[in-house]
Amino acid sequence: MQEFDLVIIGGGPAGLGAAVAASEQGIKNILILERENKLGGILNQCIHNGFGLQLFKEELTGPEYAQRFIKMIESKEIRYKTNTMVIDLNRDKLLTAVSKADGIFTIQAKAIILAMGCRERPRGALNIPGTRCSGIFTAGTAQKFVNIKGMMPGKNIVILGSGDIGLIMARRMTLEGAHVNAVVELMPYSAGLTRNIVQCLDDYDIPLMLSHTVTNIVGKDRLEGVFIAPVDENRKPILEMEKFIPCDTLLLSVGLLPENELSKKASVKLSPLTSGAEVDEGRETNIDGIFACGNVLHVHDLVDHVTEESYIAGKAAAKFLKGLRKRSYVIDVIASEGIRYAVPKYINPVNIEKDLELSFRVKDICKDHYVSVYFDNARVTHHKKKILTPGEMQTVKITSEMLSTHSHCRAISIRVEKE
Amino acid sequence: MEQKALVCIGCPLGCRLEVTIENSEVLHVTGQSCKKGWAYAFKEYTNPTRILTTTVVVENGYPEVASVKTEKDIPKNKLFECIKELKEVSLTAPVHINDIVITNVANTGVNVIATTNCEALDTK
Ligand SMILES: Cc1cc2nc3c(=O)[nH]c(=O)nc-3n(C[C@H](O)[C@H](O)[C@H](O)COP(=O)(O)OP(=O)(O)OC[C@H]3O[C@@H](n4cnc5c(N)ncnc54)[C@H](O)[C@@H]3O)c2cc1C
Ligand code: SF4
Repeated sequence: MQEFDLVIIGGGPAGLGAAVAASEQGIKNILILERENKLGGILNQCIHNGFGLQLFKEELTGPEYAQRFIKMIESKEIRYKTNTMVIDLNRDKLLTAVSKADGIFTIQAKAIILAMGCRERPRGALNIPGTRCSGIFTAGTAQKFVNIKGMMPGKNIVILGSGDIGLIMARRMTLEGAHVNAVVELMPYSAGLTRNIVQCLDDYDIPLMLSHTVTNIVGKDRLEGVFIAPVDENRKPILEMEKFIPCDTLLLSVGLLPENELSKKASVKLSPLTSGAEVDEGRETNIDGIFACGNVLHVHDLVDHVTEESYIAGKAAAKFLKGLRKRSYVIDVIASEGIRYAVPKYINPVNIEKDLELSFRVKDICKDHYVSVYFDNARVTHHKKKILTPGEMQTVKITSEMLSTHSHCRAISIRVEKE
Repeated sequence: MEQKALVCIGCPLGCRLEVTIENSEVLHVTGQSCKKGWAYAFKEYTNPTRILTTTVVVENGYPEVASVKTEKDIPKNKLFECIKELKEVSLTAPVHINDIVITNVANTGVNVIATTNCEALDTK
């Protein structure tokens, strides 16, 4: 059995960033395990630009962003194994992995960072009636076909769900010569970034049908078309207004789910709000020495935020390995009125060196509202926002001064307020 | 005087801009959080441009296609012409990040470069 100080599961931007950060803190014995044949994660198939504006101050494509980190991994001589899938993990940080080259093997780690990313919700999770014909793909699978294999999954397309992957694929398929009939979205707003609606749909006159859904799927072997209908305020389809759109391909972009099977095996406590682990300010889970970052923790819209979070986890893991991390009196972070979730879930004030950021998403679109932070019942910050949408992650800053002023505080809550 | 609403695509913030136009000229822009917003509004009104990203075939390469991009933004109405030119191109592996794929694509004066590495497959 091999032994490592730090094992990182997943070689996407989260895993790579965490490895770089831990190595910069002097941790030497690091191993990254990745099940695909190369490092970079989902970025390898995201060939569009729009990555790294915050971190590198230039607009990179996904593969270019990944390459910057792969270079750092190589120059720091951090070890990694590709084509290697972790199949088991326990709370004592003993893990089992499998690869063609090594067969099944076990590794004992002193600390672990979970960075397995997320996967897309499949059709099964949706309950759309109709036949089981071919021609139905998740948008991410279609993206892999087109961008990695150079194959088109179809010619005449309907996209269900307006998440960023769906929007990006609407443009990509159009550029490749397909006809995209519409992007159909159940909610009254898009789940994707506004800039993607502008540059992926509006640029190509692709209609975005808000408050609509697919009600039936028609086709024998191959998809022949879908029925769509508007929905009422309870999201129930208004079937009298149903209409048929002929198409050979339906792409689903209906949300991402953090991939936490391994976390569960290690008894990591998951949050029902994020489907990711409940973590503290260092992204450490309830299990000592097991950390999590990136999309496995909560779904991020921007890779820059994934990288920031991975640095936090990598540094905290390094501190843990040096015996410098403390867990003592904790403050709860509460997603209060108007907030869907906030990360982290707990703060150990003793570990805060400078400032700390809380990430959160709102429940609904709000215009001209305030985001407030309360330390118990005292409102400490209060900022007006022109627009808040569930599709765009927000942050608030907590300074060490605030923490020392409210040193007996039990809970910090974030709220959306009218005034 | 005419008011136009635009969303800046300069970065993920996606600022909502209000553009004031008089005699076909951009007079005034509000709503931007940085300097880029003004430049974007001006360009979007006079000559909208975009970065194009797509893939080209790589002979004997792994993976079989390489991702590419225009080095700079190109006029929006040239996007499909560029795609057409790129369909005619096939590269030979190995391909490296920043390799030039074609120069002066669709007469835009802009080069198309590779954004990924593709290894050569063993031919033995
Ligand atoms: C289609 C799409 C478009 C996007 N567009 C943008 C954009 O324009 N701009 C932007 O900034 N961000 C964008 N993002 C967001 C950003 O790319 C992601 O948030 C980021 O890549 C997530 O990083 P990650 O490392 O957490 O996950 P991933 O990149 O998914 O990496 C996780 C890795 O873990 C591996 N893994 C999982 N389980 C195991 C296991 N058991 N054993 C071994 N390995 C395992 C996987 O193979 C994978 O490589 C986009 C995301 C998607 C999906
Ligand atoms: S104005 Fe500046 S901050 Fe706002 S979206 Fe454009 S580039 Fe981003």
